[in-house]
Formats: sequence, C-alpha cells, structure tokens
Amino acid sequence: MKRPTLVVMVLGLSLLVSQAGAEQVKSLRGGNPLENSAKIPASLKVQNDRDPITRDYVQQPPLIPHHIKGYKVNMKMNKCLTCHSWSNYKEAGATKISQTHFNDRENNVLANIAPRRYFCTQCHVTQVNAPPLVENTFTPLETIKRY
Amino acid sequence: MNKHNKIKNGLQTLWTFLKKPTAKYSLGTLLIVGFVSGIIFWGGFNTAMEMTNTEEFCISCHEMRVNVFEEYKDTIHYTNRTGVRATCPDCHVPKEWVYKFVRKIKATNELYHKALGSIDTPEKFEAKRLQLAQNVWKTMKETDSRECRNCHDFKSMDYTEQGRRSMQQHQKGVDEGKTCIDCHKGIAHSSPEMYGIDPSTALEHR
Repeated sequence: MKRPTLVVMVLGLSLLVSQAGAEQVKSLRGGNPLENSAKIPASLKVQNDRDPITRDYVQQPPLIPHHIKGYKVNMKMNKCLTCHSWSNYKEAGATKISQTHFNDRENNVLANIAPRRYFCTQCHVTQVNAPPLVENTFTPLETIKRY
Repeated sequence: MNKHNKIKNGLQTLWTFLKKPTAKYSLGTLLIVGFVSGIIFWGGFNTAMEMTNTEEFCISCHEMRVNVFEEYKDTIHYTNRTGVRATCPDCHVPKEWVYKFVRKIKATNELYHKALGSIDTPEKFEAKRLQLAQNVWKTMKETDSRECRNCHDFKSMDYTEQGRRSMQQHQKGVDEGKTCIDCHKGIAHSSPEMYGIDPSTALEHR
C-alpha cells in the first residue's frame, strides 16, 4: 500500500468517526435552532403552607413547608427567627429551632443561636412542585417514618 | 422705635381699609369675585398638595430614592401577580383630607432635617433607621393601621381563601384586637437592626 492511500484512508476514517460523534453530542438547547428563542421552562411554584414535612433520614435538616419570598437573613435581622426562635415560636405556633443550633464548633453552648447556624437557608430549603429529575425509590427508615 | 411705629401705622391703615364698606362695587360683584377667587385658591392649594403626594415627588430627594425606595422595589407592594401597586403616599399619607393636611404640616419637619442633612448618606440613614422605623410603627399603631386598611380591611377579608398559617394568625389577631403593624413590620423596607427590639432574631454584636 502506498503512503498517500493510507493517509487518505486514515483521514476518511477519522472524518467518519468525528461525524458520528457529532451526531451523539446534543446541545443543551436540544434540536432548537439558534435563531429560535428557547422554550420557557414551566414555572415552578414553591409549595406553600402545608404541615411540617416528615424527615427522610435522621440527620436531615427539616424542609421548609411555606414560602420564604422576601425573607431577609442578614446581620441586622433574621426573618425566620421572628417565628422560629425560642422567644417567639409559641406565639407564632411555629417549630422551634433545635437546641443543637446554640452550640459553636467547640460545642460550647451559647446564649443565642450560633453564628455558624444563623443562616437558615444554608441547610433548610423550600420545596417546589417539580417532578423528580430521575426515578427515585428511596424510602425512609421505618423508625422515623410517620404516617 | 420709629420703625415699630411705622409698622403699627401701616397695620392700622390696612385694618381701616378692610373695615370700610365699599361704595364702588356692587355686592354681587364682590360675591362673584370672592367666590371665583375662592375656587381658584382652594383648587390651587389642593392641586399643589396633591403634587407633593406622588411617588415622583417623594423620590425627587436622594434620601428617599437611594434608601427606602430601592428596598421597597424588592417587595410585594411594588410588584406582584395582580399588578396592583401601593406607592409611597398610599401607605405614608392619610387619604382623608384633615388627616392628610395634618401629615403635610408635620412633613415640614422633614424639610428642616433635609436642610440639616440628617440622613443625607446611607450610613447616616442606617444609624437613624431604628428611630425612623419606630416613628412610623408608632403612628400606624395609633391610627389602627389606617393607611393599610385603605386596601386591607378585616371586614373584607375571606380567611378561607388564605393559607393555613395566615388564616390562623389573622383570626387570632382580630380576636386579640391587634392591628396590622403589630405583626407586619419591615414588609416594605429593610428592617432596622433588630438587636434592640428582639435580640433573638439578630446576630449578636461581636
């Protein structure tokens, strides 16, 4: 076999491979041509005002069963604590924050919520009415399941 | 002393002039002229007062525009699903004329502080935020949240349409004779430093 023929063959093969590869790669926009606008994703609504959501595993930070739009958490104020702090939970009829949140990282118990636990939404989140992205067969432990 | 006498004489002349019955104009002319100029002055006065009752006027001062107006733009009273907007005077100026007039007179104090520059930087504003907020809270408490109730009235509230939590809290609020501002503080502007009001809801000073 002559050298030029080999080169042509290799080039042709690589072209075939790259074309096959290009067909498999799909843009995030799907088959939507660039000049068309992307489809507006379905608007997701925060689940609002339901009973406390049962935990799925022991260490799970409880989920937020109401919307928190416009709730500010900064150094000056923490909107969550206006209902969930120990001084306010009874009047507000809210869940009180866990005692563990008063511990600093050396396990010293502080008089108020520890700064490392102050920013509620680092762990506690709201839920939206989105369908699960992948199938999930996870079931919580029998010991913490509540019906 | 001489000057004082001059003013006194001037006033006296004016008073005699006003007291003197006119022999030149008919009673009809006087009445009509008085009536028409009355309408013009009253209308002009109210128009001028209404001009100070717009959002545009409020944010023509940077103190309002860069602080409270910016914060309010993030809230439900600025944008919401129904497109009903409450602007500055809707909440901060009474609708009834007498109360409105009283509020406008009180607002002259704000002109004084504008001249003094009491809150002319964001830092100065922040330092006074608690005091300013408490002034508004106090007024709203005293008037039974009159300005809120121009739109939100317990009498026209259908609790069954509300969420579980608001349904409970609103009925509890009515029973306890509470007013809107008792619970709904800091809903249109950033809250002041809460440490002095409810230390449990603020990060400790350190």
